[in-house]
Amino acid sequence: MSTEIVSKKIYFVIWASLMVLLFVTWGVAQFDLGLFNSLAALTIAIIKMLLVILYFMHVRYSSRLTWVFAGAGFLWLMIMITLTLSDYTTRGFVRPYNRVLSNWQDKNWNHLPGDKPMEPRPLP
Amino acid sequence: MNETEAVPVPAPAEVEENYLSAGHTVRSWLLTTDHKRIGLLYLFSIIFFFAIAAVAAAIMRLELLTPPGDLVLSATYNKLFTLHGVIMVWFFLIPSIPNVLGNFLIPMMIGARDVAFPKLNLLSWYLFMAGGLLALHAIIVGGVDTGWTFYTPYSSRYSNTHTVEMALGIFLSGFASILTGLNFIITVHEMRAPGLTWFRLPLFIWSHYATSLILVLATPVLAITLLLMMLERIWGLGIFDPRLGGDPVLFQHLFWFYSHPAVYIMILPSMAVVSELIPCFSRKRIFGYKFIAFASMAIAVLGFVVWGHHMFVSGQSVYAGMIFSILSFIVAIPSGIKVFNWTATLHRGSISFETPMLYALGFIGLFSLGGLTGLFLAALAVDVHVTDTYFVVAHFHYIMVGGTVLAFMGGIHFWWPKITGRMYPEKLGQLAALVTFIGFNLTFFPQFVMGYLGMPRRYHAYAPEFQIYHVLSTAGATILGVGYLLPVIYLLWSLRHGKKAGANPWGATGLEWQTPSPPPVHNFAEVPRVTGEPYDYSPQEEEKKAEDDHA
Amino acid sequence: MPETKRALAEHFETLEQQHQAAWLGMWTFLATEIMFFSGLFMGYIIYRHTYFQSFEIASRHTNIIYGTVNTAILLTSSLTMALGVHAAQEGRNKAVVRYILITILFAAAFMVVKGAEYYEHFKNHEIPGQAFHPIPQAPQAVIFFYLYFAMTGLHAVHVMVGIGVLSVMAWLAARQRFDRVYNTPVELAGLYWHFVDIVWIFLYPLIYLIDRHT
Repeated sequence: MSTEIVSKKIYFVIWASLMVLLFVTWGVAQFDLGLFNSLAALTIAIIKMLLVILYFMHVRYSSRLTWVFAGAGFLWLMIMITLTLSDYTTRGFVRPYNRVLSNWQDKNWNHLPGDKPMEPRPLP
Repeated sequence: MNETEAVPVPAPAEVEENYLSAGHTVRSWLLTTDHKRIGLLYLFSIIFFFAIAAVAAAIMRLELLTPPGDLVLSATYNKLFTLHGVIMVWFFLIPSIPNVLGNFLIPMMIGARDVAFPKLNLLSWYLFMAGGLLALHAIIVGGVDTGWTFYTPYSSRYSNTHTVEMALGIFLSGFASILTGLNFIITVHEMRAPGLTWFRLPLFIWSHYATSLILVLATPVLAITLLLMMLERIWGLGIFDPRLGGDPVLFQHLFWFYSHPAVYIMILPSMAVVSELIPCFSRKRIFGYKFIAFASMAIAVLGFVVWGHHMFVSGQSVYAGMIFSILSFIVAIPSGIKVFNWTATLHRGSISFETPMLYALGFIGLFSLGGLTGLFLAALAVDVHVTDTYFVVAHFHYIMVGGTVLAFMGGIHFWWPKITGRMYPEKLGQLAALVTFIGFNLTFFPQFVMGYLGMPRRYHAYAPEFQIYHVLSTAGATILGVGYLLPVIYLLWSLRHGKKAGANPWGATGLEWQTPSPPPVHNFAEVPRVTGEPYDYSPQEEEKKAEDDHA
Repeated sequence: MPETKRALAEHFETLEQQHQAAWLGMWTFLATEIMFFSGLFMGYIIYRHTYFQSFEIASRHTNIIYGTVNTAILLTSSLTMALGVHAAQEGRNKAVVRYILITILFAAAFMVVKGAEYYEHFKNHEIPGQAFHPIPQAPQAVIFFYLYFAMTGLHAVHVMVGIGVLSVMAWLAARQRFDRVYNTPVELAGLYWHFVDIVWIFLYPLIYLIDRHT
């Protein structure tokens, strides 16, 4: 239950940390760190989100049930992302035995998605 | 002697006004926040939409009587099956049991005075009607020919029909679904009567809780998907357009992320109804209560991870296809658990064949058949063979008509005395149940056969060798139509002429039967206290009573 | 407490029960909101994965100053909102009005910056459509911009709804509607506002920080 009144000081501390994190994420983005750039940006975003949810939204002081309700949306978002990516990341892993289809895929799939065409695999 | 004359016998049922007699004005219905009245508003609305979609089905079946396309043009036929699909799925099946029976019963079953948010409940009906009328308008001004799935880029770029308006209608009705689901979840969490712990809840509640989970978590995805489709059509560009590098398969992913769980929105509430009917008419405690309860939750959760089986031939990667295929097989487990438990409940029960029970038994048979053919479709190789054939059509009609509609009819008959305070003519009811069952099987069983032989779906003309199956199917549809019409007639008749029903005509357990029929405005004179498990039936006692009566 | 009595709807037993129901109801609603945004995030992930370079180049055409300032504005508005809820819990209606008005002011500032940013895109022909100027090295930049406008646009709609909701709360508080016991509406409006903030917390790195180092 959120009837518990949180001290004002905590809100200011959280706000200050959010601002520091904003500065850090902006700063990190100025350097070329390869893949680590996205990783850092997303990690910091998640930390910021957790701070807002736990303190501003009082979840830290709330019942277990609230934790479940708050988590459910994110869990389901993860289900969607994981399974949809299971399609996009594995396109072309298994090639149809049908020669016509395979040829079609070689011609079209490699050029349709994106800037970096994949190497076509040799037919068995 | 003069004492008996002086003191009039008070009729307890008439002391408090019931929810029907509480107001007779149109305003008292349109501005009501009473969950029972909202349930009835939904009942009238979905029957209206059902009739429209049924007419479309009838025209299609007539067209298919002969191989050439001689009754309607191919373009008209496309609009007919779209109309049938859209209206039946979003404006009949999805709201059918949850919004009518669920709305009416959930607060009563848990001993509450109303749902948690009565105003949102009314808003839900208005959104539903707004969406429904918008969809209807789209049909009247020219219809839509994309099929109920709205696949891009056809729907977003090439179709010359009213896709945006139709999608907007569905978008609005989606918010109605969300509000209903939200209401049910909170109602079950917060409004239970004292002593009513989770494992004392009727299974009706468990199933509806699972349904609400899907309503709340899946429907917003449909909303955003249709929104993007609409923007793409209006704006002329978007993320599903292959000409700009977009991927139409992404639309299918998002669409089926909603639409596969939506199938469970249709079937879980039917399971809810059947779980009430079977123990009542077997006079036996339900077998494996916890298994059925958890199976409902498992179906709701697993239902979210199988959507890819609608896309085996869409260009999805074969690896993903394998993953989705395996996951799809897993959903069969909780469904199977339920069927086994219902059957085990029947075992050594004191079974009687009243109308609701006939529908429930029909449900078990048809749902099993529909579910088992679903396993064929979950298998990659078989699915490639039967994709977009009548096999698929027959499969989902076994689930949606054989499952949901039969359970809906069973539920309506079972709770009709509670809703109206009147009994319907039992013999006619049994006849209608039988006619429906026969008509249904005659309509859809031939479709399995012709689908497997290669009859593709969504065509208005076909090769002559399939005619025999189509004739059988159309004949069956006619019988099915009679089976639907009969209850409408005698249920309306019973409103005035039916025998008055007592509070509990079936001798059923459950809190909803402990209050007068029709229930008073606030359901219970005082908040009930629950001390025992649900389904407290005893076949031994029942048999002894029957023997005593006989002697 | 007359206020409290009026606040209790007839189908609830206690105010505690009513509050708990509303609180969980709001969290359920926020879960649906997450799923509502999910389609756009999913689209972003897929196309970021598929058109890696196009996205990097296109994202350099966004203005990081506007983005960062807006993030700071929203984070601060979340603070004032939290302080408003805090004041409501203590039953200080005047302070509630003050904090909520400040929050609305921040929200309006956010919209102004957003508008300026959209205008800049308009001037640079970066709005997808007839007048869109293709970026030669980034053939799929149009998808990036479509997603950019869809995501920030949907978020802006939520901000405007938030302004409406907060205005109602300020009006209610000005009429002394809340006290120590009954302050649920302010609390729920706060939850909604923090959610809007969280969406932006993710939009900021996804849109502005993709490829800033060059």
